[in-house]
Amino acid sequence: MEYFIQQLVNGITLGSIYGLIAIGYTMVYGIIGMINFAHGDIFMIGAFVALISFIIFGLTGVALPIILLLVLLIAMLFTACYGWTVEKLAYKPLRGSFRLAPLISALGMSIVLQNYVQVSQGARVKPMQPLFSGGLEFFKNSEFIVTVSYLQIFIVVLTIILMGIFTYLITKTDLGRAQRACEQDRTMTALLGINVDRTISITFIIGSSLASVAGMMFVLYYGVIDFYIGFLAGIKAFTAAVLGGIGSLPGAMLGGLLIGLIETFWAGYVSLEYKDVAAFSVLIVVLIFFPTGFLGKPDIEKV
Amino acid sequence: MEKKDIIQSFKDSLFTGLIALALFGPIVGLRTVSKGEGLFITPQWGVVFLLVGLCILGRFLININSARRKEFKIFSTLSSKFSSITEDKAKHFAITGILFAVVFPFLPFTDRYFMDVAIMILTYIMLGWGLNIVVGLAGLLDLGYVAFYAVGAYSYALIATTFGWSFWICLPLAGVFAAFFGILLGFPVLRLRGDYLAIVTLGFGEIIRIILINWYEVTNGPDGITGIPRPSFFGLPFKRSPDEGETSFHLFFNLEYSTMHRIIFLYYLILVLALITNYFTLKIRKLPVGRAWEALREDEIACKSLGVNPTNTKLTAFAIGAMFGGFAGSFFATRQAFISPESFTFIESAIIVAIVVLGGMGSQTGVVLASIFLIGITEMFRDLEQYRMIAFGGAMVLIMVFKPKGILANRKPTILMHGDKK
Repeated sequence: MEYFIQQLVNGITLGSIYGLIAIGYTMVYGIIGMINFAHGDIFMIGAFVALISFIIFGLTGVALPIILLLVLLIAMLFTACYGWTVEKLAYKPLRGSFRLAPLISALGMSIVLQNYVQVSQGARVKPMQPLFSGGLEFFKNSEFIVTVSYLQIFIVVLTIILMGIFTYLITKTDLGRAQRACEQDRTMTALLGINVDRTISITFIIGSSLASVAGMMFVLYYGVIDFYIGFLAGIKAFTAAVLGGIGSLPGAMLGGLLIGLIETFWAGYVSLEYKDVAAFSVLIVVLIFFPTGFLGKPDIEKV
Repeated sequence: MEKKDIIQSFKDSLFTGLIALALFGPIVGLRTVSKGEGLFITPQWGVVFLLVGLCILGRFLININSARRKEFKIFSTLSSKFSSITEDKAKHFAITGILFAVVFPFLPFTDRYFMDVAIMILTYIMLGWGLNIVVGLAGLLDLGYVAFYAVGAYSYALIATTFGWSFWICLPLAGVFAAFFGILLGFPVLRLRGDYLAIVTLGFGEIIRIILINWYEVTNGPDGITGIPRPSFFGLPFKRSPDEGETSFHLFFNLEYSTMHRIIFLYYLILVLALITNYFTLKIRKLPVGRAWEALREDEIACKSLGVNPTNTKLTAFAIGAMFGGFAGSFFATRQAFISPESFTFIESAIIVAIVVLGGMGSQTGVVLASIFLIGITEMFRDLEQYRMIAFGGAMVLIMVFKPKGILANRKPTILMHGDKK
C-alpha cells in the first residue's frame, strides 16, 4: 500500500511535466490542425536554457526562491523566442499546403534543433547538482517510508498555478477569445477583424513557454539532460494530448497525468526496461478505441 | 527604392538580429562543459556575433533586393522544366540509368570505396521505392518504416544463424515476416487519420527497437547478432580457401581470388532487388489495387462511396511496402554480417521518408535522384557528421516551404477520365 502511494506521488509529478508539454501540442493542433513535431525539442531547448541559467545563478549565491523565479522567467522568454521563430520559418509559409507538408517540415525542424543543440552544447549528458533536498515523510512506522520531496511539491504546485493562469487567459481574456474563435473558423475570425497570424504566433509562444517550464522541472527532477530528451518526452506528451482528446486543454492535463501514472506504475510493478513501450502501446490502444480521446469532440468528416 | 523603405528594412533586420541574439545567445554562446565534479560554462561570444551578424545581413539583403521572389521563380521554373524533361524522357532516362548501374562496377575509376557507397545508395533507393508504395501511392505517412527493415534484418540473421539456411531461402522468409508485422500493425491503426497514423507508426518503430534492445535471450540485446552468414554465389561461397568438399567462386570460374568478387556480387544483388521493387510498383499501379491506392490518396470519402474498402486497400499497401523493407533488411544483414539495434533508429526512418518526399511523392525517378543526392552529399561531408544532420533537416524544411511537392512532383493519378487533358 505504501509502495502504491509512493508510485502515485511519483506518477503525479511526472504527469505534471507531461501535461505541461501536452498543452503545447493540443493548442497548436486545435488552432491550425497540425502536429507540431518539433515541440518536444522546444521542451529540450527549454531544459538547456534552464540548466545554463541554473549554473550561472548558482555561482552568484542568491537565495533559492529567487533563483527559481529568475530561471523560470528566463527559460520562458528564450524558449518562447524559439517557438516563435520555428513557427515563422517552418510552418507559416505552409498554411494552405497539402496535409502532410507541415508535418514533414516539423520533422525537419526537429532534426535541425536536436543537432543544433548537439553541436553547440556537446553530445554528452549534462548532469546538475540537486538544488532541492529533503522532503516530507509519511508512514514512518511501516516498512516502506513514503517520501514526498519538496521538489515534487514544488513541481505540482507550480503546475497548478500555471494551469490557473492559463485557464484564466484562455477563458476570460480577449486573447483567449480570439484563440478559441480561430480554432472554430479561421476565415470568419479574420473577417471579424482579428489578426489570425498574430494569434497563431501567440499560441506558439504560450505553448513554448509552458514547455520550457516543463523543461526546467525536468532538469530539477532528473538532474541529467542531453540533446535527445525531447524525442521521447515529446512523443509521450503527444500521447497524453491524444489520450485527453486533442484540442481539449483540460484533456491535455488529464492525459498528462494518466500517462505519468501509467508509466510510473508500469515501471514499478511490471518492468523497468519496457516502460517506454507502455506509453506507446497506450497510444496505439487509445487511438483504436477512443479516436477522439476522453474529452475530445468527435471529428466529423464532411465531403 | 525610397529612403523610407531602406530605413524600414534596416529596422526590420535589426529586429531579426535581436531575435537571433536571443536564439543563439544562451545555447551557442554559453557552452556547458563538464569539468571534474560539475558543469561549467565556457562563453563563445565570437560565434554568436558571427551568427547574429549573418542573420542581420541576410535579412537586410533579402529586404533590400526583394530578389527573393525572382530567384525563387527561377528556381521553380528550372525545376519544373527539369521535371517535365525527365517525364518526357522518362524511358530513356531509366534505361540509361540502369545501363550505367550495370556497367558501374567495371568502370576504371570504380574502387572499393565507390562500390560501398553505391551499395548503400542502392539500399536506400530500394527502401525509398518500398516506402513509396505506402507514402507516394497510398498517401499514408509511415514514420516507422525502419521497423520493417529491422524485422527483415533480424529474421534473416536469426534464421540464418540458428538453422544455417541459405540466403535464398531466408530472403523470402524475411519478407514474409516483415509483411506479417506490417499487417499486424496496420490492421488496428489504418483507420486513423493521416497525422495520427504518422505518430502511431513512429511509436511502433520505437517499440520494435526497445524490444530488440531488451529481449536479450533472442536478439542478444544491444550487442547485436554477429557472424551472420555471407551470401554465396548460388551455392559457391566467396572464400579464399573453401572447406573440404566445397568449391569456391574463384576456383569454379578459374579467377584470381579477390575480395571485390563478393562486393560486386552484393552490388548486383541489391541492384536486382531494387529493380524488382521498381518493376513491381510500376506494374501494380496499373492493377485495380494500385488504382485504388491512388484513388484513396486523392479522396477517401469518394472511394468509400464507390465501394472500395479503405482499410483492406491500405493494408495491402502497408504489407507490400513492409515486405520490400524486409527484403532490404535481410540484404543489409547479409552485407554487414553484423546487426544491432543501433542501425534501426528513428533517424533512419526519417532519412527514408525524406528521400521519398524530396524526390516527389509517387515519383520513382525522384527517389533515385534524392537517394543519390542525400546519401552522396552525406558521404562527401562524412567528417562534418553533426553539421550534415542540421543541413539535412534544414533541407527538409526548405523543400517543404519552397517546393512542397518535391523535386519531381508526380502526384498525377496514373489514369484520368476522358484522357489526360492536364
